[in-house]
Amino acid sequence: MADRAYGLRHVEHVMGTVFSFDIRDRPTPAIRRALDDAVRGLHHVDAVFSTYRPDSAISRLGRGESGLTTCPAEVREVLDLCGDVTRVSRGWFSATPGGVLDPSGLVKGWAVEAASQLLYESGAHNTCVNGGGDLQLRGEAAPGAPWRIGVAHPLRRGALATVVTGRDLAVATSGTAERGAHILDPHTGTPALGLASITVVGQALTLTDAFATAAFAMGGGARGWLESLDGYEALAVTPDGREWRTSGFGW
Amino acid sequence: MRRAVLTTTGTSALVVVLLSLKPHQAPGLLDASRRPATTVSPRTSTGAPPGATTATGTFNGDPIDTRYGPVQVAATLVKGKLTAVRVLRAPDENGRDQEIAAFALPRLTQEALGAQSADIDSVSGASYTSQGYMESLQSALDRAGG
Repeated sequence: MADRAYGLRHVEHVMGTVFSFDIRDRPTPAIRRALDDAVRGLHHVDAVFSTYRPDSAISRLGRGESGLTTCPAEVREVLDLCGDVTRVSRGWFSATPGGVLDPSGLVKGWAVEAASQLLYESGAHNTCVNGGGDLQLRGEAAPGAPWRIGVAHPLRRGALATVVTGRDLAVATSGTAERGAHILDPHTGTPALGLASITVVGQALTLTDAFATAAFAMGGGARGWLESLDGYEALAVTPDGREWRTSGFGW
Repeated sequence: MRRAVLTTTGTSALVVVLLSLKPHQAPGLLDASRRPATTVSPRTSTGAPPGATTATGTFNGDPIDTRYGPVQVAATLVKGKLTAVRVLRAPDENGRDQEIAAFALPRLTQEALGAQSADIDSVSGASYTSQGYMESLQSALDRAGG
């Protein structure tokens, strides 16, 4: 990779995880403002969607203390998107995974994609926004050099399962490695255990991330489903350490 | 090549997480409740960034309260390069926390160290929910930078 004489990086702790911004364009005042706006936006998303905050719009909606019409517009947008993913995944994704309203499986990717879009509109066309291990990439890492994204191996500490390279990509991984069995099978309400991790690569992170969550809940059945989706490829690691890839996963 | 480990040799690209751990230039502003919001200049592939610490020694980070309990690490630097991270305190109350302590913290250490030579731009699948580790390590590096 060529030397870069400029760029801008920022790390923010929000939504219970770490978000990082890696901007490879020359930082203009507009880009710096957009970065500030994007960071503020993440905190706003957290305030609206956090299921850990009893006063968040999503918590109040979940308890029936408010209706959809009084919620911020983005709540309806997110829940509509959740409904789309539920349909496409034949019920393997749910905005109420444990019987309680919790669209977290979609919100983080949606927030990352929105932040990436804000940066893009400000003139930052070569960026990597990473929200807790789920990434939206735009442009390239350096002129002529694609982004190179390591996929953490779920069973071998410090090792990578593969390196995904490309331009204008979304990369999302769902797994048990760091947070334990935290993704619920929406059909049973119990933790999904069929896979150690699944990494889905697409164009835009909102759906890519939600599809990774749905695929993780599906377990082995995800392979055929992912093959049926246009524009999405995946690598899965099973709990016994075997791997499978969809036919177009070229890494 | 299908597989690459974080110790892959290569000098140019750095994992974002490590860049977030670069020593600050403003020590003495630490407290456990601050929200690290670090904007740093990019490093080029040649040598340390301007003004970076050249400290050698072991520096204790602040104990950071997390949802899972307090986390504290110590960072060892040789001429400003992070060579070791030792976990001084980690949650150990229940099985899930033990899993995080036993798995995530060593992996974070591997990534913090290995990233210095990894030929990748970022990592998918490492969610860093053990953010106390990062905050404590950041404070240790802040101390080293002072």
